[in-house]
Amino acid sequence: MNNALKTLTNGILKENPTFGLVLGMCPTLATTSSAVNGMSMGLATMFVLICSNIVISLLKNVIPDKVRIPAFIVVIATFVSILQLLMQAYVPAIYATLGLFIPLIVVNCIVLGRAEAFACKNSVGLSAIDGLGMGLGFTLSLTLIGAVRELLGTGCIFGAHLFDGQYGALIFVLAPGAFICLGYIMALVQKLMKK
Amino acid sequence: MIYFLIFISAIFVNNIVLSQFLGICPFLGVSKKIDTALGMGAAVTFVLTLATIVTYLLQKLLVVLGVEFLQTILFILVIAALVQSIEIVLKKVSPSLYQALGVFLPLITTNCCLLGVAILVANGTYKMPGGAPAEGLLNGTLFAFATALGFSLALVLFAGIREQLSMNKIPKAMQGTPIALLTAGILAMAFMGFSGVV
Amino acid sequence: MAKLESTFKNMVLSLTAITLVAAAGLAAVYMVTKAQIDAQKEAAQNAAKIEVLNGQEGTAIECSADGFGGPIRLMVGFAANGDILGYKVLEHQETPGLGSHIAEWFQEGGKGNIIGMNPGKNNMTVSKDGGEVDAITAATISSRAFLKAIHNAYGQFCEQNGNAVATDSVACYTGASMPKDSAECVMHHCCSEGKEVNHE
Repeated sequence: MNNALKTLTNGILKENPTFGLVLGMCPTLATTSSAVNGMSMGLATMFVLICSNIVISLLKNVIPDKVRIPAFIVVIATFVSILQLLMQAYVPAIYATLGLFIPLIVVNCIVLGRAEAFACKNSVGLSAIDGLGMGLGFTLSLTLIGAVRELLGTGCIFGAHLFDGQYGALIFVLAPGAFICLGYIMALVQKLMKK
Repeated sequence: MIYFLIFISAIFVNNIVLSQFLGICPFLGVSKKIDTALGMGAAVTFVLTLATIVTYLLQKLLVVLGVEFLQTILFILVIAALVQSIEIVLKKVSPSLYQALGVFLPLITTNCCLLGVAILVANGTYKMPGGAPAEGLLNGTLFAFATALGFSLALVLFAGIREQLSMNKIPKAMQGTPIALLTAGILAMAFMGFSGVV
Repeated sequence: MAKLESTFKNMVLSLTAITLVAAAGLAAVYMVTKAQIDAQKEAAQNAAKIEVLNGQEGTAIECSADGFGGPIRLMVGFAANGDILGYKVLEHQETPGLGSHIAEWFQEGGKGNIIGMNPGKNNMTVSKDGGEVDAITAATISSRAFLKAIHNAYGQFCEQNGNAVATDSVACYTGASMPKDSAECVMHHCCSEGKEVNHE
């Protein structure tokens, strides 16, 4: 039990995909123009992470070592395609907003990284928990960055106005703001982690 | 004229790294020296252009067969196989080129530039200047080539800045990724000046 | 169970098996979701149609023009006499917070309200170009492009309604009201592509 808890918190805190491992930077920068977008992207990635971790852990004994990377990629790409179909069917608006970055979950280093570093060595249950932890860590980071950018850029959080309607440093919603925001948040996290 | 505009649009106005956020990992990872940045840029240009042509033709086949939903899975496999075979061919045919680009090739498979541009071109959703339709193999290939040049430009510029930056004292918390991201932010701001040109 | 060794046979077998299972699973999900995906697309189209017609009789037309960051795609609802009943931005890549205001700026109650205007009678250009419409602050190019898309839609509307509004049709093609910077070829391209969505 203790082990499971450790695995879960590992992904959220110590090895947070965004701030700890610095993986998956493309969606982190591209889809965090608002808190909702960041969260949707995080949840979508979590779905793929959990599913692929479970299946890869199940298959770990029938995949010969030399072809494990192509095999992992097939598994991951399958779940990404399933996710694409499901999103088009049930949440088309979110799918349209996130656009290209949904199929690009395939090449998100976090997913392949966890398959290689965790799922192919551990039990099914633990791999699922690892996927959940990593997914939650990613979702929380993206939501945080999205919230900061939305607040600075438009004066809202999750679409609710905190400042009056005229407020907004537009640059934070645009491309440069993504880099700058993430840079400062990461510096803050590094500072806090050291203490 | 339109072909010239494709280049301006893909390199400056809609730079793949600084405004589309694709290929950030190599952008942050292999941009400490101008030499390596050039090598990576050349490798990406080569593979991206080739991969786009192959996936464009593959997409035509998928549409004929009515199995467009296999796009993601087949594209990534084709790209992975292509990168592998380029590595093998290059090793045999031109050892000197392999020396220069070889180390970068394995890294390219998971570069989201590749899959991203392949999907954009195959689906015809990339940005053409002046509202021209985004279709045809020639347009797609030129777009991919220009995008890769844009990637290389951003990478080399960024490497140049980082070379200078490494000689300066940087506050402890800002060292590493944070300062790189801030630099990229300022670079992105400079590129924003191009918006609306075409 | 012991791990499979990396012999050629094993490698081919396991990869083939995984790929086949994956493709089969994917095909199954595709079958299940296909109806729902089509229904969603149709629902979105219908919702847009109802919105732009504002609950009245008329024609909804889809048209586009080139904006600041890429094409602006609109659906515009016209009454039988050519008055604008409503519009909806279907797709755009304008700057967030500036040009992106096209979605609500020209609606009823917005600062540049165009609802009720008629491209054949009103001078529908931005006030900077001598027209009657207030452009979005700091986004004149987006505003011009938006109005061009409206004109394109109107051109399409005229074409569909044949000779009845022929005079208007002339006006919307040679139009004194067209913004000067608009490229003619783009408009023709758009008009020939703009497709009829609903003709009640």
